[in-house]
Amino acid sequence: MLRYTLLRILGAIPTLLLVIALAFLMVHAAPGGPFDAERRLPPEVEANIAAVYHLDEPLPQQFLRYLGGLVRGDLGPSYRYRDYTVSELIGSAFPLSLQLGAMAMLLALLLGVSAGTTAALRQGSNFDRFLMGLSMTGISIPVFVIAPVLVLLFAVKLQWLPAGWSGSSGPGKYVLPVITLALPQIAYIARLTRASMIDVLGRDFVRTARAQGLGMATVVRVHALKPAMLPVLSYMGPAIAAILTGSVVVEEVFGIPGLGQFFVTGALNRDYTLVLGIVVFYASLIVALNLVVDILYAVIDPRVRYR
Amino acid sequence: MKPLRLIALLALLSLAACGGPEQPQRPATTLDRGLPTDPETLDHHKARSTQAAEVIRDLGEGLTGYSATGELVPAAATSWEITEDGLTYTFHLREEARWSNGEPVTARDFVAGMRRLVNPATAGVYAEALIPLENAEGILSGDIPLSMLGVEAADDHTLVLRLVQPTPYLLGLLSHPSTFPVNRGAIEEHGDTFARPGKLVSNGAYRLDAWVPGSLVSLRRNEHYWNNAGTMIDAVNYHVIVQDRSELNRYRAGELHITSTVPADSFAQIRKEYGDELHVAPYLGVYYYGFNLSKEPFKDNLALREALSMAIDREELASNVLGRGETAAYSWVPPGVNNYAPSQIGFVALDKVEREQLARARYKEAGYGEAQPLEIEIRYNTGDLHRKIAVAVQAMWRDVLGVEATLVNEEFQVLLANMREAEITQVFRASWMGDYNDAHTFLSVLQGGSPANMPRYSSEQYDDLMERAAAHVDPARRRLYLEEAERVMLSDHPVIPLYVYVSKHLVRPEVAGWGDNVLDYHYSQHLSLSATE
Repeated sequence: MLRYTLLRILGAIPTLLLVIALAFLMVHAAPGGPFDAERRLPPEVEANIAAVYHLDEPLPQQFLRYLGGLVRGDLGPSYRYRDYTVSELIGSAFPLSLQLGAMAMLLALLLGVSAGTTAALRQGSNFDRFLMGLSMTGISIPVFVIAPVLVLLFAVKLQWLPAGWSGSSGPGKYVLPVITLALPQIAYIARLTRASMIDVLGRDFVRTARAQGLGMATVVRVHALKPAMLPVLSYMGPAIAAILTGSVVVEEVFGIPGLGQFFVTGALNRDYTLVLGIVVFYASLIVALNLVVDILYAVIDPRVRYR
Repeated sequence: MKPLRLIALLALLSLAACGGPEQPQRPATTLDRGLPTDPETLDHHKARSTQAAEVIRDLGEGLTGYSATGELVPAAATSWEITEDGLTYTFHLREEARWSNGEPVTARDFVAGMRRLVNPATAGVYAEALIPLENAEGILSGDIPLSMLGVEAADDHTLVLRLVQPTPYLLGLLSHPSTFPVNRGAIEEHGDTFARPGKLVSNGAYRLDAWVPGSLVSLRRNEHYWNNAGTMIDAVNYHVIVQDRSELNRYRAGELHITSTVPADSFAQIRKEYGDELHVAPYLGVYYYGFNLSKEPFKDNLALREALSMAIDREELASNVLGRGETAAYSWVPPGVNNYAPSQIGFVALDKVEREQLARARYKEAGYGEAQPLEIEIRYNTGDLHRKIAVAVQAMWRDVLGVEATLVNEEFQVLLANMREAEITQVFRASWMGDYNDAHTFLSVLQGGSPANMPRYSSEQYDDLMERAAAHVDPARRRLYLEEAERVMLSDHPVIPLYVYVSKHLVRPEVAGWGDNVLDYHYSQHLSLSATE
């Protein structure tokens, strides 16, 4: 078992190295450098800056230097945020992105599943048609439209909630970003749940349960919900991806200092180390999660170990 | 994973993050200002962007400063003397000036600051600001020891600067954050991270309280500041808001007192809606199209360059294509620069019809016509406004001259790299923002060998006039040379100035002390909030 785990961990290293190498090459292949601006610097100044950040070294040497830093857990200094290291920036931004994403996912599951189940139980009714129409709208409107509309309505006109992140200390500032992130997911999950619930409600075991005299509510809660949730669960992967990418827009509109915003501004500013750091961070996260799942499989199913 | 367990996990994650530290109580008078991007650093020797400079002007103080309306005024220095040859400046520092930790601000802090700026190890971006100082260039390239820099503390409150050549704009330069002093103790203790919250010791009206990258920079009153009694606002929050629409919404929601700009597309509507709250003022910046003079077809083809410049209706661009307060440009140096009257392109006296006729004649002279139209590429960087202007210019050239221009859209860094190589560029969009209130900051751009000389303009006559101007201490005579240099350059048409930038802010009525000025400097210490709020 230990041998299997070690082999899997060793196997993940080439994957990570490949991702890092590709990302490193791509970032450096983009024209322009982190300290280029319309106002070109005098050559001496440019040379001094390049020397401080080792940008004057040949690329392979810079790559080795970067790898050396990685081994020590050092993602390097940010070129754009000259007072901060990349690790510090990721350390402050990721918890925020994670928290918003988790809240949005939670909201999406709770509302989406309830709405979908309700619609399935009243299939064909006006309520069903209304809910499904609403969810179609929710799926169709992109996040960059939803966000400003919500701000206009709840922050500017009604003044119930803050329009931006930095101005308030209360929990109110979470409301609009979380709703914005969750809305398309609520809609999608509601449609998924409805379809799968209708399918499950038509199965024999549901009829049997009803025939035994169980109430509809109990049947749904005890027997139908679990099998109906399977498509929703397999949708969780794409949903998490959608929330992570959607967060870039949401973070920009609400001014949230999350990972998405740093990634985009980092790319535009040619902040090599910041962009690389975020790519490496996400890649390691995904590889680590896969690894954990694989190892868990091995724990559960001995056959996996000997394959 | 089981559904219920998943939900429980998500709930836990959301809650875990909610219990973060509460933000401190807001002091009685807090000013909320918008900032379009984060400062890249609050280390004034490494800072480069106008956003960083804006914040640092609240935190620190140079020998000179600017009033709310943009006049140069004494700041950390109370007075100064300049020798007749213009090469030695003696500054008398304010004896009551204090750092935010209570220590006195001395001439040695200024010496330490300037030495750190030109020290190659600092990699200071604005090190060029001190190039007028003795030995600065040699120190920057590492040939001369740091201690040889032409700055010296005669005593605690007397600072002497020695220059290599007269620099009439030096006093303006000394208001720039890169020339501010440093607290030697803070640098010794914290090294290069001295500019972070909890470490930064500042000598201006405010001290750094907190900085959340990507979100907020907040400042508190510096109780030790020499003019603390005259500072009305207790705390300043700079909110980092990337999108101008979001900034407008936050202003509308009452979360901002001052915006950094206004969304360009809604300019007309905002002007109607907000009236006096909208402040539009000329700014030290010119938006231009440059020709690549090192390659065909523009190399040695003055007639063609002039024809293209003349065929553009700048009024139409400024008022209809843009329609957001900018004014048409007929000069390289924008109006409003101190002690200078910009020369104007010769054809400014002609009306539209005459210009177009002359443009067609010059176009023919250059060897082009209906039978063999000019085919060129206009390169511009991604941006709504840049695209609109490129489309309009393309149409004007086609309608007036029959030029077949193709639009090439590039990301800014790509365009920049192409402009510098000057290999594939033909016509490119660019702009120049002045660093200080003097014509030199614009005219020096087009001198031979200037790294910012994107068109690769090279004219002996122009360079000669610029050198003569530099040799003159008398501002009136220097001005004549500069104005003549601009006239010579404009008649060579290396660039097409299109419009002059303006600064645009929304300022709430309760903000008092706001002054529009050409530098777009707005020190928080000049502002106050009236009691209505």
